[in-house]
Amino acid sequence: MDQQTREHLVRGVSAVVSDHAEELTALDRAIGDGDHGINLKRGFDAVAAELPALAAKPLPEMLKTIGTTLVMKVGGASGPLFGTFFLELAKNLPPEPDRAALVQATAKAAAAVKARGRSEPGQKTLLDVLFPVQAVLEAGGSGDAVKAEAAAAAERTVPLLATRGRASFLGERSVGHMDPGARSSSLIIAAVVDALAAQETRR
Amino acid sequence: MSVSVVVVSHSPKVAEGAADMARQMVGEGVKLAWTGGDPDGGLGTDVAAIVAAIESVWSPDGVAVLVDLGGAETNAEMAIEQIDEHKRDLVVICNAPIVEGAVIAATEASGGSSLAAVRDAAEDFYG
Repeated sequence: MDQQTREHLVRGVSAVVSDHAEELTALDRAIGDGDHGINLKRGFDAVAAELPALAAKPLPEMLKTIGTTLVMKVGGASGPLFGTFFLELAKNLPPEPDRAALVQATAKAAAAVKARGRSEPGQKTLLDVLFPVQAVLEAGGSGDAVKAEAAAAAERTVPLLATRGRASFLGERSVGHMDPGARSSSLIIAAVVDALAAQETRR
Repeated sequence: MSVSVVVVSHSPKVAEGAADMARQMVGEGVKLAWTGGDPDGGLGTDVAAIVAAIESVWSPDGVAVLVDLGGAETNAEMAIEQIDEHKRDLVVICNAPIVEGAVIAATEASGGSSLAAVRDAAEDFYG
């Protein structure tokens, strides 16, 4: 993976978080403590501020730096959860990953987030996006299929009853709202797919 | 020496207040630290600040950490993982209410109890 692609990846993900920060915060106001967008933006702004030096690093080192930055800067439960995802990717991805390596690494990363949050899919969390998307990846789905599943999976959190995280305090009142972490995860996944697709067209 | 106590809340005021109540019970006999707020000073928790709080009251007898809500617990876990591996096993998070837990943990620690006994006292407070 060339430096330009790594830079596109970081810029794309940081931009999508920044562009949707208010929407994410509004979702979190409905069923949480109303800071998800602000917190995630603080983390990804700090990540973007490390460019271009960040993109000059090999992929695993870049991902490790992103994970550490998110853990240190986000300041809510999302920090360790999103940070753990990137840190686990960093541990398992080679500098030049093929699809098989990507599938294996994302599976481990999703499992690490599940362990960190001591939660399961179905509890109205980001896991409800990570696991279905992982299934599409493993089945050999295209970038577009991954994006479509990410969006659909986030949508499917709307009727769920939250049983983990701050939204679980609301009980039945958490039903009828999209989970903010599911939404932000789907946005980040879409941004990654787009950045990788742009790399393909440049070749 | 005795076990030290660290209070981690989303709110600096809550963290400081809980630590004050614990201090009132034990005077200077137990090392106490508190931290609260996200890296920008808003409500939340800050991994680096939690690491610093634990280090500031480090005791070879161990450190008992009290947290308020899920994010504080998850961030405290991340903080503990960043501490020197020789010290890491001597830091425990108590599954206890933050104010009562801090007071009970500090009181138990002031009697010279072990880390396990301090944690049990905090966790068993409400039976």
